[in-house]
Amino acid sequence: MKNNKFPPVSEISVAILVLVIAGGVYLASHLPSHVSLVPTTILVILAALLVILNVILISRIPNFAWDKFLLVAKWTLLAYGVIAGTLEYIFIKDGTRGSVLLLMTSALVLFAVNLPIHFGFTVARYAE
Amino acid sequence: MTHTEMAPPKNDFKIVPTKAIPAVVIVLAGLLFAVATNRLWVLDFFHVVGGGLWTAIDLFLGFVIGPIIGNMSIPARMEFSKKFMPKMLLLMPTLVIMTLAGGWQLARHEGFILASDKHHGWVVASMIVVGVMAVVALGFLEPANLGVLFELKKEHPNGEVIGKLMKRFLYTAGLTGAMQVATLIIMTRIATL
Repeated sequence: MKNNKFPPVSEISVAILVLVIAGGVYLASHLPSHVSLVPTTILVILAALLVILNVILISRIPNFAWDKFLLVAKWTLLAYGVIAGTLEYIFIKDGTRGSVLLLMTSALVLFAVNLPIHFGFTVARYAE
Repeated sequence: MTHTEMAPPKNDFKIVPTKAIPAVVIVLAGLLFAVATNRLWVLDFFHVVGGGLWTAIDLFLGFVIGPIIGNMSIPARMEFSKKFMPKMLLLMPTLVIMTLAGGWQLARHEGFILASDKHHGWVVASMIVVGVMAVVALGFLEPANLGVLFELKKEHPNGEVIGKLMKRFLYTAGLTGAMQVATLIIMTRIATL
């Protein structure tokens, strides 16, 4: 498959990153006071849908270099899982609870899942 | 230049410098200790050391090293990348998490995150700048870094792919360098309000 025939997985991954970070910054900039969760909820749901779309797009690529993809993805998941876990610990330690914590956790999970897909795809698309 | 025009480079380098992983583990353990104990000096140490190195490396890479690499030949860039980029793969995420975790706890400790605090606007501004830098670094810079390293590992690396990804790496490094200037302005403003 020619390099320019790949679906826009990288572009979608960047969009997911923008949605998750925008949601996180919005929420963090209003903590610890009460804040409407609607904007962040919409952003997180959109990001989750795009992650699913990305998985479907990758699964439909013929002759995809799954070995390279999985090699990069598993180590990226470990690295950014540790980073997301550290941030989750900080929010719990700071007393974040309930819906806000659920939303923050969802955003962190999407962050930690999206990057392995993004990095793995970038390497796999250039594999021979 | 195509890969057929280049001599096959040695590809016996490690993409992840595993010898440095214990150092990363020690730093992360120290960071968790700082957060758990909430000691002001330790939090300040992690934020200042991490942030100072992150900012300096971004500025140096964007405005000094970047233009130099940009003027190198493709084989010279490949040689440089093999030694330089694996180190960045561990160093930068470690510095970023040190800075952000330390900074967030510090801002919370000092009350800067409260909407009523005079520093709040600047803290939000710094979150937005960091958010944009995160999108640039994780969306473009880091994948380009990985792509170059895996291409260099091949028996016959493709010079065109490396050139394209290196260009992306250098442009985004310049962009994050420029954004670090905004970080310097915001942080010095917060410190002197």
